[in-house]
Amino acid sequence: MSTEARKPPPQIALKIRRALGGKSGWNGIVVQFAFAAILGWIGYEIVSNTRANLENQHIAAGFGFLRNNAGFDVNQTLISYTGSDTFLRVFVVGLLNTLVVSVVGIFFATVIGFIVALCRLSPNWLLSRVGEIYVEIIRNLPLLFQILFWYLAVLAALPNPRQSISLLGIAFISNRGLVIPRPIGESGFEPFLAMLVLGIVVSLGLRFYARRALFERGQVIRIWPSVLALLFGLPLATMLVFGLPFTFELPQLKGFNFAGGSRIIPEFVALTVALSTYTAAFIAEIVRAGILSVHKGQMEAGSSLGLSRGATLRLIVVPQAMRVIVPPLTNQYLNLTKNSSLAVAIGYPDLVSVFAGTSLSQTGQAIEIIAMTMGIYLLISLVTSAVMSVYGWRVSRSLGA
Amino acid sequence: MKRVTLALTLALAAGLSAQAADAQTLKTVKDRGTLSCGVSQGLPGFSSPDDKGNWTGIDVDLCRAIAAAIFNDPTKIKFVPLSAKDRFTALQSGEVDVLSRNTTWTISRDTSLGANFTGVTYYDGQGFMVKKSLKVNSALELNSASVCVQTGTTTEQNLADYFKANNMKYEVIAFATNDETVKAYEAGRCDVFTTDQSGLYANRLKLANPNDHMVLPEIISKEPLGPMVRHGDDQWFDIVKWTLFALVTAEELGITSKNVDEKAKLENPELKRVLGSDGNFGEQLGLTKDWVVRIVKATGNYGEVFDRNVGAGSPLAINRGLNNLWNKGGLQYAPPIR
Repeated sequence: MSTEARKPPPQIALKIRRALGGKSGWNGIVVQFAFAAILGWIGYEIVSNTRANLENQHIAAGFGFLRNNAGFDVNQTLISYTGSDTFLRVFVVGLLNTLVVSVVGIFFATVIGFIVALCRLSPNWLLSRVGEIYVEIIRNLPLLFQILFWYLAVLAALPNPRQSISLLGIAFISNRGLVIPRPIGESGFEPFLAMLVLGIVVSLGLRFYARRALFERGQVIRIWPSVLALLFGLPLATMLVFGLPFTFELPQLKGFNFAGGSRIIPEFVALTVALSTYTAAFIAEIVRAGILSVHKGQMEAGSSLGLSRGATLRLIVVPQAMRVIVPPLTNQYLNLTKNSSLAVAIGYPDLVSVFAGTSLSQTGQAIEIIAMTMGIYLLISLVTSAVMSVYGWRVSRSLGA
Repeated sequence: MKRVTLALTLALAAGLSAQAADAQTLKTVKDRGTLSCGVSQGLPGFSSPDDKGNWTGIDVDLCRAIAAAIFNDPTKIKFVPLSAKDRFTALQSGEVDVLSRNTTWTISRDTSLGANFTGVTYYDGQGFMVKKSLKVNSALELNSASVCVQTGTTTEQNLADYFKANNMKYEVIAFATNDETVKAYEAGRCDVFTTDQSGLYANRLKLANPNDHMVLPEIISKEPLGPMVRHGDDQWFDIVKWTLFALVTAEELGITSKNVDEKAKLENPELKRVLGSDGNFGEQLGLTKDWVVRIVKATGNYGEVFDRNVGAGSPLAINRGLNNLWNKGGLQYAPPIR
């Protein structure tokens, strides 16, 4: 009498059961499907109910309005825009304004945040108190209030264009913003740009090569003289061959305002200053916590190797602290981007102001416009998170953790 | 589950569901006991709260007249202050029963917002205000100027049209609320403040030194301002429309808040019809026979409302102009009550 070998249970069914049902097995799967069905039904009810009501009230629906002429102007546009462009163009203009204020804000917030954190950790009593006072004041005042403060303070302090403050006669500051000379491309512009790009690429390649040499063979290669030559020498040489790459158009007072030149509007300055100083207070605390999370033995080890305090921080402590810093730092970047929508209070033409504000009231299509705006903010946030996750992953990997 | 869905729909679909289902605005208002009236966030002469928190202005008085016609009590109103860009959503979602908020009647607003204009409470036009120190005498001298404007208004579009048509450049700085716009103008962020001309005079009073500023003579647009109601409730549309007509008719017939009781006793057939002792026009609207008496007692006739809020009896001191009665050279005209 022989016994049959026991067959292993069918693997695929088991996997499905485990993936969907968890510990509850097949019962769990039923619950999952029921839950998904209810969610789907609620979603369907919401959409169909809204559609029916919009139709009943004869409120225009759909995205056709995006092709209509907007008919209003915007005072800061990164791409060309006039009142006779479409609402879709307004959307892009607003989006770019939001992105530019977010990117510039994130840059300055990070720089200020790191500096303040290092101040707070400094053994110098005065520096650390100054850092502490900065953090405690800035993070405990409402952001909207700070934005209004910077805007009204900046405006009140500046003279009108006719009495503007001249910087060497080429740049002017007034309550209409900062006017600077605008570069205008000449014949030598393209070769100049090409050489500059080439210089940057080759320099990066050199740096990569030098680091490989350092880590793999312990060989120290001095690259800065060649980098200097690449970045400055090469473009200068092309300038001698092809002539000046660009000339500057100087701003001139004409009528009410300056004509010519590029202008940075005070709304942008106020918003950037408020967003970056506010977020910097939070970043400073995150960085401080991150650095304190590194065991102080690391600092002592650095000193015993004869490294200066700065070098120990830069080479040993901060790389380890980054693992702790990056995830909450991402949150602050997301906050800054979303907080930029407070621009509407001071008339900076960001996405919420020109699209979810002006365009909404010109067209009355609240649902479509709010949905688009929400969607794009979600997309910006997800992309930011993804980039920071990749960075965080690289930081962890480089430490072998 | 239906209830949950309804709640979710309300929240997610900007509250479009509950109000849309029943078009019985008059019944809703009566059950609630108050009229919900959408007004501005503070425009003297049209709708602004005084130092005791009482709302006054032409737009406010229209709501008071409606409340008086329904409840015989002009105080049974909840005023909802709305910014220019929130106003239509508030009306669509049913947050307000009537939007009486210096809103310009245009074809796109009349057709695509799911709402109707019921008439014109004030014939206005867009103008410009500048500092006297700029020594500008005409809007055509405003090339390259910076202009402060409130977003989500017809003003913003007229401005773009006007500068384009006259081949002039300008910089626009747009703010969400009227107060922010005025503050930026006062802080010197812009050379010019533009809105409806009545609004310019009203806002000039808010400035520190009103006499340093002047309104330029050009009027660049037609701005007929009027109340709006939602589509789909003709009875309510009629009530709001005829409340305004009642105010105008009362002025035409010389009925004022002071003499309305005496006028009601007179044996004049037209007065008897209007004031309710003959016919049942008020009841046909869903109101009472004495609806005009209630309205005039509460707010006075159109002329009284105008004088008290923006005319000779107010700090604004605006001339009747286009807003005079049709038989006195203006445009205010009401169809007959018969």
